[in-house]
Amino acid sequence: MPKTIAEINERIKKGEAVVVTAEEIIDLVDKKGIAQTARDVDVVTTATFGPMCSSGFYFNFGHSKPRIRAHKVWLNNIPAYGGLAAVDAYLGATELPEDDPTNTIYPGTFKYGGAHVIEDLVAGRDVRLKAISYGTDCYPKKEVEAIINLNDMNEAVLFNPRNAYQNYNVGVNLSDKVIYTYMGILQPRMGNANYSSAGQLSPLLNDPFYLTIGIGTRIFLGGGIGYVVWNGTQHNPCALRGENGVPKRGAGTLAVMGDLKQMSPNWLKGVSMTGYGVSMAVGIGIPIPILNEEICQFAAVRDEDIYAPVVDYSSTYPQREPDVIAEVNYSQLKKGSISINGKNIPTGGLSSYARAREIAGTLKEWIQKGDFLLTEKVASLPSVDSGISLKALKEKT
Amino acid sequence: MKKRVVLTFPKESIEEPITYHLIRDYDLMVNILSAKVDPNEEGKMVIELNGQKEMLHNGMDYLKGLGVTIQALAQDVTWDEQRCIHCTACIPLCPSHALSVDRSQMLVSFNSDRCIVCGLCLKACPYHAIEIRF
Repeated sequence: MPKTIAEINERIKKGEAVVVTAEEIIDLVDKKGIAQTARDVDVVTTATFGPMCSSGFYFNFGHSKPRIRAHKVWLNNIPAYGGLAAVDAYLGATELPEDDPTNTIYPGTFKYGGAHVIEDLVAGRDVRLKAISYGTDCYPKKEVEAIINLNDMNEAVLFNPRNAYQNYNVGVNLSDKVIYTYMGILQPRMGNANYSSAGQLSPLLNDPFYLTIGIGTRIFLGGGIGYVVWNGTQHNPCALRGENGVPKRGAGTLAVMGDLKQMSPNWLKGVSMTGYGVSMAVGIGIPIPILNEEICQFAAVRDEDIYAPVVDYSSTYPQREPDVIAEVNYSQLKKGSISINGKNIPTGGLSSYARAREIAGTLKEWIQKGDFLLTEKVASLPSVDSGISLKALKEKT
Repeated sequence: MKKRVVLTFPKESIEEPITYHLIRDYDLMVNILSAKVDPNEEGKMVIELNGQKEMLHNGMDYLKGLGVTIQALAQDVTWDEQRCIHCTACIPLCPSHALSVDRSQMLVSFNSDRCIVCGLCLKACPYHAIEIRF
């Protein structure tokens, strides 16, 4: 008998809902089968915690006296985008100080950027605001500097245009020299292989066709509560899939938002990728209501059934060539080595499985306590029937 | 007796063939784990010394006499468990398995006794969880 989200919410309110993590449901399905598990379980909690570059927050820092129409804005010397209303701005996670040496001394260290400002703010630390303007009749002030913190802002909203990638490349280096990439340091001649997904815990790998996760889905975001607000950029639902429906390539993505003031430095962390730049590790947890057997089957996916493409980041990736060296599954990746053409290659992760597990557990507790109700999606994300294909840039001049 | 130490030597003693003397005069087995010697700067060398206790002691005195400062290895590398998010990016790069993962929990730990202070993990850690202080 299929369930509804309204029925599940009633059980959550009474403290009767059966909530398990995306790891725990695997064992339950093994023991009891799909039909019984789908009847017994109300919610499966999924999670991920890893670098997600397309992140940032917008904020309103209040009017100075006299007023300023902030044209350019900085927080702790990191430029924020001021092309919004007078004292609104958006700070991107990957933004760098204008005087950062970047890769001038290769490989650059990228010690502090937008994501570190966000981490400082959610940790309760003060930051230095600077804004300049050209001056207008209604906004005469041309420069303002102030020490502010998160509480001083009217609104501070995390708004991440592309998070929670549904699967990702495994990066290797086929060249003869070390390379520094967003997939970490890759040693020559396939000296290591780096991956970045929580695999069987990852939200969109547990709902591969976006049957329950959609616009309006309430989620754990950065330690607070947020929402899925759109598909993410580069959302590519028509990517290659396995027989189980699970994408074997980077596929769907989510745009998410939430009140930064609720969030925590444990779940929003500045990332410095040597030789590449700054990014932000974002903690996301998404509940999946087990409405029927099909949804249950998808949520019980296991690491050995999720395959990722091994891609050369010394040539294939930068040159946008399509070649894939091999496909490996997350069970192999998490054991610490994969074998390609008879060569054993040690693996490293960028996404923290231990922390994803913690988020899935926290979200489970929130739901069990009745603090977190599920939402019905208000619109679906584009899926396999959308006909979407990723466009490459046509370099017209 | 075996000891792993970090030697910092001033510009003046850079041309001194210290490993030769440690081996010939003090009968010590010297294993150079890492070395950075620049004629214009201080020299840094991480070595493992193996030999009789008294000889080891005398060898150290010889080094001190040259103005070389000696630090135990374990003091120099710190792993900040609070900053570590257990992503495992450092794991394939650590040549001595000082950084390792408990695969059932996917938690990283650091064993300073195994560390050879190569510094590879410093660049690999996106969270500045590992620091080396000489």
